Amino acid sequence: MSGTLKVRVDPNKCQGNARCKSLAPELFELDEWGYAHEIGDGTVPAGLEDKAWLAQANCPEIAITIDEE
Amino acid sequence: MSSPAPVTDWVHDFDHTDPTWTENPYPIWDELRTKCPVAHTNRFLGVYLPTTYEAVKEICYDTDHFSSRRVVVRSVRPEPPPPAPPITSDPPEHKRAKQILLPLFMPDEVKKLEPRVRAICNDLIDGFINDKSCDAAARYTKYIPIRAVTNMFGIPETDGDLFIKWIHEILELGLHDDTVVMKAVQEMVAYFTVHIEARKKHPTDDLISTLMNARTEDGQPLTDMHVQGALRLLLVASIDTTWSAIGSSLWHLAKTPADRARLIAEPELLPTAIEEFLRAFSPASSGREVMKETTVSGCPMKPGNMVLLAFPAANRDPTIFPDADKVIIDRKENRHIAFGVGIHRCVGAHLARMEMFIAIEEWLKRIPDFRLDPSRPTTWSEGSLRGPRQLPLLLGKE
Ligand code: HEM
Ligand code: HEM
Ligand code: SF4
Repeated sequence: MSGTLKVRVDPNKCQGNARCKSLAPELFELDEWGYAHEIGDGTVPAGLEDKAWLAQANCPEIAITIDEE
Repeated sequence: MSSPAPVTDWVHDFDHTDPTWTENPYPIWDELRTKCPVAHTNRFLGVYLPTTYEAVKEICYDTDHFSSRRVVVRSVRPEPPPPAPPITSDPPEHKRAKQILLPLFMPDEVKKLEPRVRAICNDLIDGFINDKSCDAAARYTKYIPIRAVTNMFGIPETDGDLFIKWIHEILELGLHDDTVVMKAVQEMVAYFTVHIEARKKHPTDDLISTLMNARTEDGQPLTDMHVQGALRLLLVASIDTTWSAIGSSLWHLAKTPADRARLIAEPELLPTAIEEFLRAFSPASSGREVMKETTVSGCPMKPGNMVLLAFPAANRDPTIFPDADKVIIDRKENRHIAFGVGIHRCVGAHLARMEMFIAIEEWLKRIPDFRLDPSRPTTWSEGSLRGPRQLPLLLGKE
């Protein structure tokens, strides 16, 4: 259970609440309308795992998935 | 106008303007949630009331059966309903109207207004800090969103009192009387015409000019009528909602010295606390019109009825939020839907959050001790927006 995490925003679900970006600005960024996507390929740098889970737990659209590799 | 009969059966005859609901709706919703996740009433020409998180969310996502062509539950239903895109639009038109507004309210845009909002809060506090008591709803929480929005629009802060009058006519008096709404709209059109014409001669860099310069997908500018409509919608959507949200937060803090002390000791907790205030005291319900027969959580829904979308009830659903009736200012997992869910998610959420944050932060800095005034009652607004309209506080230590 200690593998690397990867976050992903489902663009069909995201409604741009930006809860993810407020809670984990290192992992998410917004487009010109405020919809979110993961930064880079979504790999969560060591030490930011809690922030990734926190963002996921606060997205009202359930748009964020986290995979463990 | 004769007042409606008091409600005795909330499952079959609910009324969101009943004094019992206005005083304290949470026990009503708790009871409904266990008895029947979708209540109904024949009042207001027929309305369903979902009270579970699941049912509210399902309806928001199902734009096929549930239309936004009407979003306000009223006792009149003009046909066709007056349009106010994007809030009254369904797919596919909804997206185009929303995309025009979204860039104007991005977090970075909102941030530019932060110093002004901070100054507004401090000016307001200067006005009563030397008194031992104050009605915070009348002297503080109301003026923050009004002055913020006038700054964004680029019009005088002192015109705010006019907006209060119009919004009161549209959102409260207008629930039962369409002529009041039409008169308010006419007055607003006359008011904004002056500002739009002035910007045709001398463009500015405020929101009115930005809307006038906005282009639809096919490159057309918005007509004056559209700019007018957008300004009206933004006024109506931004003021009472945020007024209510700041007011309810202060009301809670006035009653809860432990939370006050904790926020002063741990200011980094404030953003999390604001989300919890939004959940526990969500100000806004919306509405949908049932277009085609369907079922939600096992309950049949028939066309011709409206749905009262009670986001505040959904946010108290104990199956989603443990200890839903407790205000837990460090709640970690909080998928509240105070700003709606699905395609109509609030355009102004970042602005509202910023105003709430600054309003509470500045208040706590300058007035760390305050409590409800036991000699004067707190009163709450009626209908689909809930927040304190009188919030008498005693300032300073006991
Ligand atoms: C705490 C304050 C606020 C709350 C609780 C709130 C709540 C909501 C809710 C629940 C909706 C969804 C309505 C629906 O699904 O039918 C909504 C939509 C909307 N809100 Fe807010 N709002 C707030 C502040 C604001 C502000 C400050 C603005 C203006 C800048 C604003 C502008 C809008 C607009 C334009 C929509 C329509 C979006 C669409 O239909 O796509 N709101 N709001
Ligand atoms: C935020 C505010 C608004 C925005 C951004 C907006 C945007 C739009 C857009 C993009 C269209 C499609 C135009 C096209 O490409 O054909 C449209 C159509 C329309 N809008 Fe608006 N609108 C707004 C407010 C309003 C209001 C308040 C009214 C009514 C008073 C209104 C009435 C209409 C009507 C009647 C049409 C259909 C026009 C036609 O079919 O030719 N809109 N709007
Ligand atoms: S919290 Fe969810 S809905 Fe909001 S911007 Fe992030 S992914 Fe999108």
